[in-house]
Amino acid sequence: MSVQSEMPAIKPVKKKLDLQRPLDELVELYAEIPARQFRYCPGCGLGMAQSAIMRAFHRAGVDITKVATAGGSGCYSVMGHYFKSNHIHGSHGRGCAYAMGMKLARPELTVVTLQGDGDLLAIGGNHFIHAARRNIDITVICFNNYNFGDTGGQFAPTTPLGSKTDTSTLGMPEPAFDACKLAIGAGASFVARSTVAHPAHLTKMIADAIEWKGFAFVEVMQHCHVLWGRRNGMPEAMDMMRFYKDNSVLNTSSVPEDERFDIPIYSEDEKNVKFVLGVLNKEQKPEYTEEYAKLRAKAMAKVTGKAKS
Amino acid sequence: MTKRLLLGNDAFCEGLIAGGVRFYAGYPITPATEIAEAMSRRMPEVGGTYVQMEDELGSMGAIMGASATGVKSATASAGPGMALMQNELGQSIVAEIPLVVINVQRAGPGIGNATRSGQMEVMQSRYGSNGEVPAVVLSPSSVEEAFWLTVKAVNFSEMLRTVVIVLGEGMLGLQRAVVDLPDYDDIKLAERPRPSVQPDEFLGNYNANALSDVPPIADFGAGYKSILSSVGISRRGGGDISVLGLSEDDQDFTIRRLHQKILDRKNEITLFEQLMTEDAEIVYIAFGTQALSAIGAMHEARAKGIKAGVLRLITVWPFPEDIVRTCCAKARAVVVPEMNLGQVRLLVGSALANTGIKIVGVNRVDSITITPAQILEKTKEVLS
Repeated sequence: MSVQSEMPAIKPVKKKLDLQRPLDELVELYAEIPARQFRYCPGCGLGMAQSAIMRAFHRAGVDITKVATAGGSGCYSVMGHYFKSNHIHGSHGRGCAYAMGMKLARPELTVVTLQGDGDLLAIGGNHFIHAARRNIDITVICFNNYNFGDTGGQFAPTTPLGSKTDTSTLGMPEPAFDACKLAIGAGASFVARSTVAHPAHLTKMIADAIEWKGFAFVEVMQHCHVLWGRRNGMPEAMDMMRFYKDNSVLNTSSVPEDERFDIPIYSEDEKNVKFVLGVLNKEQKPEYTEEYAKLRAKAMAKVTGKAKS
Repeated sequence: MTKRLLLGNDAFCEGLIAGGVRFYAGYPITPATEIAEAMSRRMPEVGGTYVQMEDELGSMGAIMGASATGVKSATASAGPGMALMQNELGQSIVAEIPLVVINVQRAGPGIGNATRSGQMEVMQSRYGSNGEVPAVVLSPSSVEEAFWLTVKAVNFSEMLRTVVIVLGEGMLGLQRAVVDLPDYDDIKLAERPRPSVQPDEFLGNYNANALSDVPPIADFGAGYKSILSSVGISRRGGGDISVLGLSEDDQDFTIRRLHQKILDRKNEITLFEQLMTEDAEIVYIAFGTQALSAIGAMHEARAKGIKAGVLRLITVWPFPEDIVRTCCAKARAVVVPEMNLGQVRLLVGSALANTGIKIVGVNRVDSITITPAQILEKTKEVLS
């Protein structure tokens, strides 16, 4: 496996990648508010993540009115309001619980949660692992910016060991979660990671996750140069983009798509590698709403049988 | 009508089903567990969905998600489970997502006494969640009433776009009684207001102009951009309010409307039973199972020549102050028997302020029911 710092060259699987499509057109199709009015910090990675999600919607060919998103509190929480999809903006951490209800009640909906790293892995950790365990057909997108940005930059479960935040001014004393390993451990059938510095790759990962039948998780490394970067020697957005590019390897580079999933998340022999991008787990399993539908059919047949006899 | 021997908790379930609930998320907790058990069997039978969540926060989250898609949804809990649910209860009330939550009250604070009964969550039901949210709370006294009141709870939640709590008790949930169950198809069901305009004309789920408005809510997937937000809502549309924040005016309007939409329909949702209050010089005001003791005490008092009457509160919140005043028009004294240290007595006291009527309580917190004899004893004491 080699460290690859260029934009990954991925052959489109089904449809042509829509990277060339003007952003304004995508905004018109999938978002509600003119692009100039999106309210993220200047240079924030969330804008790039949002356009990747819009491109992924387009690539996956979803009907935006049949998309239901869920989220709670965090910098990302405005994103759900921007899409033309249906959205629950509830309390901090409950995204996966809302998504469970939406998908189970209306399996025909495309259900996506938009959650931050603190939201998903700290306060919402329980809902996350259990939704993964059930293999319900939802897509969980985690914007990992290494800290609680909305409250001003406190450490989160993902903050790298030793790095400085508002509540770890002397260095983060706790080891960080690897969100993808957690998801795999909990039973997620599709797990992928990408960064906002690899927009084409990120788009493909999100589109694949949306198209996946079962629980799909995408960790989006999304920089927060304003709060985390500034305190850790990367004060500009471009510093952090470079950081992602220099420290990423793709586990998609040398093996065909079907065989690339045995590669470990972290590469032992390449010490400087921080993130392995790509699909990290893909496993066909029974999907929860389909299994429940079978159970329901059985229960209903039993009742009608009783009524007839 | 079919006669059935039902457990109180099963009556709650049948009430939910008859009321049109087709999604139930639960987490086992004594003494409400039987509701989850029965729903796990009944929901798939009627074409609905039962899901057992990882905790009470998850149960509330799941039913919020399900109700957002237009499916009537409910959960049940007790004691510490209700404490955990307070967060999402407030979220749903502010986001105006119709839900029914059944609280089968156990005794005591903390983990409390799981298998024992109490009436200690009158105030929690109204003031348990942060940020001045209103409450609609119904409390049944019998197993049969548990069924009918739960049907009403579903209807009220839809009509008002809010959360309705059915305040049960362990004593009622675990009691068996023969109940006349109607044909569910004959029951009149209420539906939440849904948009009558085309998707491109839809101004969002919070498009209210007057304080009494219950704005239309669009089901997820019905073609509308439907945003349900607990961030705080504006007069017109969901929009990007979470970024801009609410103006002082809009925040004021939002909070007042959440209350006013309920208060303006108070006549429809205030349920009560008054017995011999017309000439009563002593009125017993009670709710839930303890109202039965009050009725027993009333009959014994009347036999002894004491002019006693009963006001049984079925709707506990919004608290029916006007009904309390009407029923106590001729009263010299009011006795409030309840299995707590005087939560309803406090409310009665405020309703009857400056009337000169003496208000006393009969209170037990040992999870043993108050007897008519105890109420009579207090009657003699207060009238002497």
